[in-house]
Amino acid sequence: MAITATENERRTAPRQRRGAAPRRVSYRSAPLALAGVNIVLFGVFFVWPGSLGLIYSFTDYTGIGTFEFIGLENYRNLFGDPTFYQALTRTLLFAALSVPLMYVMSLTIASLLVSNYTKGKAAAKIIFFFPWLISPIVAGVIWRWMFGESFGFVNYVVTRLGADPLAWQTDPDLALMVVVMAGTWGGTAFNMLIFIAALKNVPRPYYEAAEIDGANAWQRFRHITLPSIAPTSFLVILLSSLGAMKEFAMVQALNGGGPGTSNTFIIQYIYETGFGQAKVGYASAVSMILLVILLSIALLQMWVNRRRAA
Amino acid sequence: MSTVTTTPEAPKASGSRRPRRTREVASTVPMSTFLWALAALYAFPVVWFLMSAFKPGSELFRYPLTILPEDPTTAGFELAWDRFDFFLYFSNTLAVAVTTTVLTVMASAMTGYALAKYEYRWVKVFFVCILATTMLPTEVILSPTFVVIRDLGMYNTLAGLVVPSILTATGVFMFRQFFVSIPDDIIEAARIDGAREIGIFFRIMLPMSRPIIMTLAIFSFQWRWNDYIWPLIVVGDERKFTLQIALRSIVGAENIDWPLLLAASTMSIVPLVLIYVVFQKYVMNEDLNAGLKD
Repeated sequence: MAITATENERRTAPRQRRGAAPRRVSYRSAPLALAGVNIVLFGVFFVWPGSLGLIYSFTDYTGIGTFEFIGLENYRNLFGDPTFYQALTRTLLFAALSVPLMYVMSLTIASLLVSNYTKGKAAAKIIFFFPWLISPIVAGVIWRWMFGESFGFVNYVVTRLGADPLAWQTDPDLALMVVVMAGTWGGTAFNMLIFIAALKNVPRPYYEAAEIDGANAWQRFRHITLPSIAPTSFLVILLSSLGAMKEFAMVQALNGGGPGTSNTFIIQYIYETGFGQAKVGYASAVSMILLVILLSIALLQMWVNRRRAA
Repeated sequence: MSTVTTTPEAPKASGSRRPRRTREVASTVPMSTFLWALAALYAFPVVWFLMSAFKPGSELFRYPLTILPEDPTTAGFELAWDRFDFFLYFSNTLAVAVTTTVLTVMASAMTGYALAKYEYRWVKVFFVCILATTMLPTEVILSPTFVVIRDLGMYNTLAGLVVPSILTATGVFMFRQFFVSIPDDIIEAARIDGAREIGIFFRIMLPMSRPIIMTLAIFSFQWRWNDYIWPLIVVGDERKFTLQIALRSIVGAENIDWPLLLAASTMSIVPLVLIYVVFQKYVMNEDLNAGLKD
């Protein structure tokens, strides 16, 4: 939405500028006074650490004392470091699993919540929205409690059904599954709201016309709903992908990136190398790589979106 | 936002024309069942968690597990209150959340108004910068941010938790979108009447934006209350921990004290639930929420 809005304004900008020309001189200081606080904050908490990060990534800085420039050494070490690759590929795998699941769940739930054929929508909406109130840390705790290996409810049900308890904490892949489920559970609420708004904006007559023509529910969804909400789908997928790449707090409470380091995601990797091992320069290099990845995801999806729209 | 990009293809007529009433019932039952099955799936982890918080420690791990506590107790909550310093962490978090929320609403309203109503080149550039901050979140530049906080003397201080969180792209964007929709004529009229620019903002524009103020205030409170990463960087002293950091320290322990953890986590959710109950209409307003996320 943010992206679409700026695009629209860029198109209409010249017309506005001409109209606004006469008052240019007299009110120059007012916007500066109004936006001043945020301009300073932007400089201090985004530009400054951002530039420092870029500089540190070429040094051997440890957080204290002086540092020396070591050129591309950090980046070279990084590309030969298996723990970095593991963190990166594990994060990408997490994103690849959780983004589609998040998309399907939030769109399904939103569709049911705007459908004429469902009862108790108001109450159900509150239930689906509730996880939004819960912090990532508490969400992690809640799912850890559900999936405890020797005491969790899920394994209790599994054993009652006659199977062996599953290793939700000690098997790396099962542990990742729990993270995917917990992440989807926590992220559905917001995406669901975005989808509800979009679904309500699809013009009713399209559905009525299709129904008269005999289109069934799936055909109506496939050929009317999905194309109509395409920009919203784009937004949800973009935001969820960026969110998945930055997953950190929930995993900290859920399994701490374990078992061992098998589910250490990239932010946790940055945190542990930067703070735990005091390799600030090295951690900054990882940060820069992550930044490039996030930008690539955003640009790639914007490019796909623009091609679709064209 | 919802322009139709392709016209629906006319599918082949399927001929089956049951009476409308029967068809409605036939669809309502399975669809409602599906909706409520999903709702049960989403509600269950929380219900199980809350019920467990009221169980005595001996019952927590005793098979067969029961959903309702057989012998409900508030012992865990008393433990959290007495031994875990819950009140201290609660007050720390509350102080941070309230202060930041007030400041973030003010700063976002002023910046959003400036971005919406003044047509200078630097204003447009700054708007792009604000949007760019969503690409460069704190998580990505943890270590350099810590160095900045330390060099500013904000380590272990309330200011360190508050000041960096004032600028939010979402807040600025919400206010900007709102003020763009307000006609310029109102400003022109006030200018002709001799009102000063800052006066126009505070006396006319800010009061008009009340719904946005409410929504952003609730959002900001939720973000700060649930935030983990800033307190993690800024606070090292246990007396200054926020709730999330304190909870994490229980989970991170070698042997997790589950009765304590369950009770403390449950108590930490209460303020947000209360706010949600009271201000529901501002939170669930889809028109405002579309396109915002932090």
